[in-house]
Amino acid sequence: MIRFIVRRLLQMVGVVLILSLLVFLWLRSLPGGTVSAMLGERATPERRAALEKALGLDQPIWVQYWEFLKRALTGQFGSSTGVQPGTDAFQVFLTRFPATIELAFFALVIAVALGIPLGYLAARRRGSIFDNLSIVGSLIGIAVPVFFLAFLLKYWFAIKLHWLPVSGRQDPDINATRVTGFFVLDGLLTREYDASWDAIKHLILPSLALATIPFAVIFRITRASVLEVLDEDYVRTAESKGLTNKVIRGRHVLRNALLPVVTTIGLQTGGLLVGAVLTERVFSYAGLGEALAIAFERRDYAVLQVCILMAAVTFVIVNLLVDIAYAVIDPRVRTR
Amino acid sequence: MTETIENIQTRRGEDAGPLLSVRDLKVTFQRSGEQPFVAVDGVSFDVRPGQTVGLVGESGCGKSVTSLAIMGLLPERGVKIEGEVLYNGQDLLKLSRNQMRDRRGADLGMIFQDPLSSLNPVVPIGIQVTEVLERHRGLSRKAATPIAREMLEKVGIPDPNRRLTDYPHQLSGGMRQRALIAIALAAQPRVLIADEPTTALDVTIQAQILALLKELVEDTGTALIMITHDLGVVAGLVDRVNVLYAGKIVERGNRHELFAEPRHPYTWGLLNSIPRLDGTRGQKLTPIPGSVSDNLPWASACAFAPRCSQPIEVCREQQPELVEEGTRALRCFNPIDDEVRSGRTPDAQAPTSTQPRDAAYPTDDPKGDPTMEESR
Repeated sequence: MIRFIVRRLLQMVGVVLILSLLVFLWLRSLPGGTVSAMLGERATPERRAALEKALGLDQPIWVQYWEFLKRALTGQFGSSTGVQPGTDAFQVFLTRFPATIELAFFALVIAVALGIPLGYLAARRRGSIFDNLSIVGSLIGIAVPVFFLAFLLKYWFAIKLHWLPVSGRQDPDINATRVTGFFVLDGLLTREYDASWDAIKHLILPSLALATIPFAVIFRITRASVLEVLDEDYVRTAESKGLTNKVIRGRHVLRNALLPVVTTIGLQTGGLLVGAVLTERVFSYAGLGEALAIAFERRDYAVLQVCILMAAVTFVIVNLLVDIAYAVIDPRVRTR
Repeated sequence: MTETIENIQTRRGEDAGPLLSVRDLKVTFQRSGEQPFVAVDGVSFDVRPGQTVGLVGESGCGKSVTSLAIMGLLPERGVKIEGEVLYNGQDLLKLSRNQMRDRRGADLGMIFQDPLSSLNPVVPIGIQVTEVLERHRGLSRKAATPIAREMLEKVGIPDPNRRLTDYPHQLSGGMRQRALIAIALAAQPRVLIADEPTTALDVTIQAQILALLKELVEDTGTALIMITHDLGVVAGLVDRVNVLYAGKIVERGNRHELFAEPRHPYTWGLLNSIPRLDGTRGQKLTPIPGSVSDNLPWASACAFAPRCSQPIEVCREQQPELVEEGTRALRCFNPIDDEVRSGRTPDAQAPTSTQPRDAAYPTDDPKGDPTMEESR
């Protein structure tokens, strides 16, 4: 097991190196650039040249990449030029990362808590009205663009009905103490429960919007997987033992049916990070996604590079955790 | 020697009366938009304590459906079950789903064909045994574990302590089937149904599993219903044989009578299509021509007529009835007679040999040879 984890972490280093080069080249092949974004189109050539030189953008691209790599290894990713000009790009990442993790976590909890039970029920009642309705529902969940759904939710529940806050992570009037950067957790740790509650209220709409696609995917995979397992011989054996429905459902059906679902959950984290860009933008939620969107508009190379690379690292780590979880549930993987 | 054991058994069985009586069991599959299909069509048979009854026939004859109907394991939707399944005089078909759930595993146990797919791959063997005891005997897992270990030992699994925590993929095929038997017998059911228990196994392992079943049945007085397509399996194990064709019993008899003197052309055909150790070298098998899809409807003919070796006119015009005669029963207008039996037998010894395939099954040694079995 330890060898397996070490091997995966080494693979991760390779992934991050290759990705860093790709991101670096890709960003610099975009039209426009940091200087135009910072100074505007009408800046004098002298001012442009001075700024380019200051940022090191006048060097050949491989020199720039080499410099970037050297500094990145010491944890320096350069200063932000667009999102929070002057701040260290890694700092920008660090302040925003917990926000996105919090959002993605809530979204994933919603998707799993609804997707698995509904998927199981739909499979058990295959062909029923409930089954058909939930299939249509999950198709809509996949088909409706995240940003559109986010706007709808915001319009109805925040602007029209005033049930939930329109935007942000927390009401600035609350003035909560910061410990970890996870606002809900901070509130619990400092016993400022109103701060936690306020953060949760801010999370509901964006995490609902973000949860739709993973919910739909988890629902469909669970349904298909349960249908397959229900036909398995060992479920018939369990029935022939006269076991209670509870034991058959938990130990014999769900435990086997969840194997593909666990894999799916890991892959969906990638989708959550992408979805976060759109959702956070709509709700002005100060997370990684919003930072990426702003950094992209303002050609903030430093922030873009850090955020994309760290997102990749997160994705690889989550999938490593998923693989470990998989080995825990499936003994056949363990002995291989 | 086998004679005497059997006589004792039969006598013991008669005293007790039938433990399980299947009466006119009829199972119809009905899917919307499709013609209803009668899989089992009026099957009746009895099983006494300690007795082994075989249901024999090729795939699609309704033998597995019969067993699933007895166990109450057929789906509710699209299936119509008629007739009676009397267990100790009580009709199991009239029980509610939950009442039947209490009976399964406790009174009726079942062993399935493919031991790998019939065991849950992600649950240790031990728990798959103890969960039956927890359910039916109200034991805690801790209290059930020693009994589970005992069961594994009883079915001949070496090192049962270690096997309790093993997963199915860590066991060999024969071990898995033994584990499945331990699971089915854990709560000591009085009726055990074995649906093709040896089909997925090597020939040597088959013999061991059959010997084990025979031993367990004799030791505990369990009634065993043995479902198979292989008359060879039946030969060394079964007391009474029911031959099924297209959902109906076509011939029934005690093992020895049936093997010595098959009367239905289908039974005759089945016996002739078994490879024999005592046959001459290079001797060809005689398969039954055609397949189950050539059947005629029972309502107006004998379903077997198109494949029969000696059909007469009436076979295609009228349904033959099952006629009981002493210990035997037959559904045929033109049974095989002595002349055919002696003349067309590929091996002249056959009619006198009562157990055609006993040579292949070391039934004298009921434990088999566990050392032969791979135990990785």
